Amino acid sequence: MANNKVNYWELITNGIVKENTIFKLALSLCPSIAVTNNLKNGVLMGAAVLFVQVMVNITISLIRKVIHSRIRLPIFMLVISGWVTVTDMSMAAAVPDVYKQMGLYIQLIVAFASILARAEMFASKNKIAPSMADGIGMGIGFLFALTVISFFRELIGKGSLWGMPIINAKPLLIMILPAGGFFAVGILMALFNWIDVRFFKKGAHGAHH
Amino acid sequence: MDTVKKEHQLIVSVSPHIKSEETTSRIMWSVNAALLPATVMGAYFFGPRAVFILAIAIIAAVLSEYIFQKSLNRKVSVNDGSAFLTGLLLGMNLPPSVPFYIPIVGSFAAVVITKQLFGGLGFNVFNPALIGRAFLLISFPKLMTIWKEPTAAFIQFDAKTTATPLGILKEEGVAKLMEAFGDNISLYTQLFTGHRAGSIGETSSIALLIGAAFLLYRGYISWHIPASFLGTAALIAWIFGTKGALFAGDPIVHLLSGGMLLGAFFMATDYVTCRSVKIGQILFGIGCGFLTMLIRLKGGYPEGVMFAILIMNCFSPIIDRGFKTKVFGARKEIKESKK
Repeated sequence: MANNKVNYWELITNGIVKENTIFKLALSLCPSIAVTNNLKNGVLMGAAVLFVQVMVNITISLIRKVIHSRIRLPIFMLVISGWVTVTDMSMAAAVPDVYKQMGLYIQLIVAFASILARAEMFASKNKIAPSMADGIGMGIGFLFALTVISFFRELIGKGSLWGMPIINAKPLLIMILPAGGFFAVGILMALFNWIDVRFFKKGAHGAHH
Repeated sequence: MDTVKKEHQLIVSVSPHIKSEETTSRIMWSVNAALLPATVMGAYFFGPRAVFILAIAIIAAVLSEYIFQKSLNRKVSVNDGSAFLTGLLLGMNLPPSVPFYIPIVGSFAAVVITKQLFGGLGFNVFNPALIGRAFLLISFPKLMTIWKEPTAAFIQFDAKTTATPLGILKEEGVAKLMEAFGDNISLYTQLFTGHRAGSIGETSSIALLIGAAFLLYRGYISWHIPASFLGTAALIAWIFGTKGALFAGDPIVHLLSGGMLLGAFFMATDYVTCRSVKIGQILFGIGCGFLTMLIRLKGGYPEGVMFAILIMNCFSPIIDRGFKTKVFGARKEIKESKK
């Protein structure tokens, strides 16, 4: 990334398709199962992660020249937990009813491998604008994955979307239970990779991290 | 080179070199045949609707295997009878009054999710039919616990619902069970013939035993798993079966009710998910029996055979590792020096 010309489009799509946190890297699977039993929680969780990812990338990129490399990980963690606290408190104030269900998982964003990994691998080595693009890409990829998972889980498991009833049939209750979360993540992960290989990577070799 | 005659060539092939006549499909169809008596009894007690449910379960299982393998360009293995067996076993594990879409959902979960997604027959970790039933029980808890009273009439206009013997035992105790069935002897006879509420194929003990005897005679199952399964369950039922008193329980009621016989002879002995080493099989059976009785006596569900077998399926690799057959001639020192 040393060259002056930065392909922002590639940076953003990289996080959405090529290195999608959940579907490709299989990271942060705990919240992707725990909070996705309805669409609203899934989208809000995804949005929280998007916000934290972008802000952390910007902050790390800003201070990357003053961080001593020996203590970089504690610094990253401090920055991440700072932004997670901001998100946590804002959500507690703005959407208290949702926060009651998923407050714990918002705080757990601190421990997301994907956020720390982007800080270490990208933001600490790049300028602000590319770091922001990278954060947006990774965050949107995560938001997209959580939205798709929670969409199908709520639709099949409850017959509703965003709390509004859609299907007037007996729902498949297992889909909103943890076991259904594993089914949904596994099947959608397979589908995502199948589409990727089948339509976008003709003749190319398999996924690379 | 051409001078070497064909019959003098050394043929090198991988083991096994001695093959038996048995094939997967022959064993599978034999198990299907062994389930026939219990199916007939189920149809007799629960009427045409039970046959309808069984047929849907089988057709859905075979079709979903066919469609899945076709769409993935795999070899279609519908003819080996394993999908048929999964559908049949699943149907036999369903209450006779379930709506028609339930066996379809269950068969799909059993064949596609449990078996095909793990790589097809031989690679599934869990018994497909039982996962199908667990999937349904968790998804539709109400519909899966409505039990129809058995009647031997061909056309039934209004069916009565009732509790299963284990349900009565769990909720109201032994006294109530005796009251519902008359005296001791008539309770045992009714449990033995299958005149009781329950899943379609699990009620008739005599029919299941006939099928099991056939499988044992042909050598398709060995006595290790069923004997240790039933023995452990009977022992625990005898010791802890009655609340407040030791050694006062009734093991016969526990053995003949619920899915105990169907589970012990036909599902715990599934080739793919049970162990091949004899001592491992006995351990597997003991675990199944213990967990079944634990769920029946202390758990939230009246019946525990399904979950017991599924939980023990998880332990299969550990049991396998602990009781590996010793390679002929291998010594311990050699094994350790390799590390």
